[in-house]
Amino acid sequence: MRRVDRRRFLQLSGAGAAAASTGALAGILASGRAPAYGQEQTLHWVRWSDFVPASDALLKGKMTEECKKATGISLQLETINANDIQARVTSAIQSGTGPDIIFAINNWPQLYAASLADMSDVAEEIGKAQGGYYGVSKQIATVGDRWIGVPWAIGGGLIAYRKSWYAEVGYDTFPDTWDKWHDAGKKLKAKGRPIGQALAHSFGDPPGFFYPWLWSFGGKEVETDGKTVALDSKETLESVKALVPFWNDACDPGGLAWDDSSNNRAFLSGTISATNNGASIYIEAKRKPDTYQTEKGEPMYKDIAHAPLPKGPGGQYNLPGPMTDMVMKYSKNQKAAKDFLRWIHSEPVFEEWFTSQQGYTDGPTKFWEGDKVWSADPVLTPFKNLPSEGRLTGYAGPPSQAAAEVQTKYIIVDMYAKAVQGAKAEDAVSWATGELKKIYGA
Amino acid sequence: MSLLSDSRTAAYAPARRRGPISRLLENERWLGLALLAPTLILLGVFVAYPFVKGIELSVTDTRVGVPGHFVGFQNFVALWHDDIFRLAVWNTCLYTVVATTVKLVLGLWLALLLNRNFRGKAFMRAFILLPFIIPTVLSTFAWKWMFDPTFSVINYVLLHLHLITVADRINWLGVPWLAMASVIVVNVWRGVPFFAISLLAGLQTISPELHEAAAIDGARAWARFRHVTWPLLLPVTMVIMLFSVIQTFADFQLVYVLTGGGPANTTQLFATYAYQIGIGTGLLSQGAAVSLAIFPILLLVVIVQLVYIRRVETA
Repeated sequence: MRRVDRRRFLQLSGAGAAAASTGALAGILASGRAPAYGQEQTLHWVRWSDFVPASDALLKGKMTEECKKATGISLQLETINANDIQARVTSAIQSGTGPDIIFAINNWPQLYAASLADMSDVAEEIGKAQGGYYGVSKQIATVGDRWIGVPWAIGGGLIAYRKSWYAEVGYDTFPDTWDKWHDAGKKLKAKGRPIGQALAHSFGDPPGFFYPWLWSFGGKEVETDGKTVALDSKETLESVKALVPFWNDACDPGGLAWDDSSNNRAFLSGTISATNNGASIYIEAKRKPDTYQTEKGEPMYKDIAHAPLPKGPGGQYNLPGPMTDMVMKYSKNQKAAKDFLRWIHSEPVFEEWFTSQQGYTDGPTKFWEGDKVWSADPVLTPFKNLPSEGRLTGYAGPPSQAAAEVQTKYIIVDMYAKAVQGAKAEDAVSWATGELKKIYGA
Repeated sequence: MSLLSDSRTAAYAPARRRGPISRLLENERWLGLALLAPTLILLGVFVAYPFVKGIELSVTDTRVGVPGHFVGFQNFVALWHDDIFRLAVWNTCLYTVVATTVKLVLGLWLALLLNRNFRGKAFMRAFILLPFIIPTVLSTFAWKWMFDPTFSVINYVLLHLHLITVADRINWLGVPWLAMASVIVVNVWRGVPFFAISLLAGLQTISPELHEAAAIDGARAWARFRHVTWPLLLPVTMVIMLFSVIQTFADFQLVYVLTGGGPANTTQLFATYAYQIGIGTGLLSQGAAVSLAIFPILLLVVIVQLVYIRRVETA
């Protein structure tokens, strides 16, 4: 074999590269298109680990392949624990490098507005084509007229409850007022089947219950100007006073130490009779009918139904959890990110993912209310109406940065936690009002 | 004869020429600096820079992605009026004092036991290190399961021993004082091996002859411990305490996993509160101020302990 020395190697490779580049350049100029390797884009997308694992499997498998074929984009999908997303966003923004798209929950996009790319063109296109976004999706994903993200979907909670247990205590339909639920809960707790509700520091379940509780008594954080703190009111005080007996008589005290998955485990193990949650409990029970069974040996999912949070003197509300894809300003792939979001939100593509959720989430636009997923299983149908009946944190003001701060510091949740731990209702409200005033600068 | 001349030639041959770096390292000062350099670089990048950056952040109003302006001590003044921060200060002090004291007592007890001769001594010494070796997050998740309000194995055992009823299940992480006690228990469980092994090393440096002499003079076990073991072990103990206080004071993972600072901030520590504000809320400057607020307290503790160690050593 002939020895190739360094000089000879450089001559050969240099000539080859020159020939290839000059020849290829002519071809590129003639075709008017970038070469295939130049077109290939890699897009890094960070999402939460979905409560419906089948959806993650679909995104990582089939949809990643389809994306490559349809757009030429190589999707690098990374799923992480939802509690770790904010740490990831912070380090990415501060270092100016990281994922191109990051999935946000609740009102997080408002915290990072200055570091997010303008998505107005893509969001407006999708919204226009699909019947318009829900108000809650739009509020979270906009600052003024600027879209700071593209709404992905909307999560939210309804009360999952055991039909037979409620029937046993005289409620063939789920109680529609807090007083009636208090009564039913008291009877069920006496039988060792309390209501399960997290009242601790986790981002999902505690705010999902206690903000609607506050609103349903007529309480609110601020006035419509989004600045004047209005928490210190007769209505708020009533809501705190009403919670203490409700908690003591009807709820599992363990909720003070629960995280967002504790109620799923407690419900599926048959230790609680009802809990405010997404559809994941029912979906899991239905997926494993032999594992999750009633005390009579029947599949548990057949004994589960969903109902909205009851109404109080101030009305009936829920706190939807809008999910938003944020394209980061530092990303050098913003165009590819926009192309990708256009593609994945196109009807046939998004429908594939939406179907895999089986009703765990609502679509970001009203168009998805008509999807066949809602007629597939009547037990999940009540989730369809959540976004239109929801309010966001910061009410009666917008879900601003200050509202996000109140939520992430768990001030409303802790106001109730202090009361059930023995603090006077007046002191709990006064403490929370003081904290809100510091945050809103009032 | 010829051999002699050859060896003379070799002896007077000029030494092999050394490179400039080798010649530089001949100088002790430069060699010392070269040996220190890796440590200095690591400390500079991972300790000094973040510390200086933290100070810089704490006197601005920086949010995530929004460069801040100089605001002086405004963040610290705000902290002074922050109820949650004051609670976190109290919690951290309580957590550190109780956990460190219990770790010292149990660690010393374990070290004295391990210093005796018994079958399987080597295995036992390695075995007790397990809690210290397992990653904190992993072991804390196991503890979280044990303290779970619904599925706690501790409650399960108590229930089957008829010591509690279903209605009286102990809410380990849901009652404020129990939650604090629970996180302290986990910290102690994790930290005792460090104390035990370090104190054991200290015990082994004490000459057995001293104990024998004291025994001959009629000293009983307690007197031998009090007048021989403890004074000789004190310098090592103070150094271990110093490390432990610093680590416990800045603890994060344990509380973050077990309670997230709840219920209603009753287990909130400096580090968890700094994380909640800096990362959860995006207020980097206020988060940095919370972190830096630890510094003067720790500095005071370290100075007191170092002065005490010096006094003990020179006494």
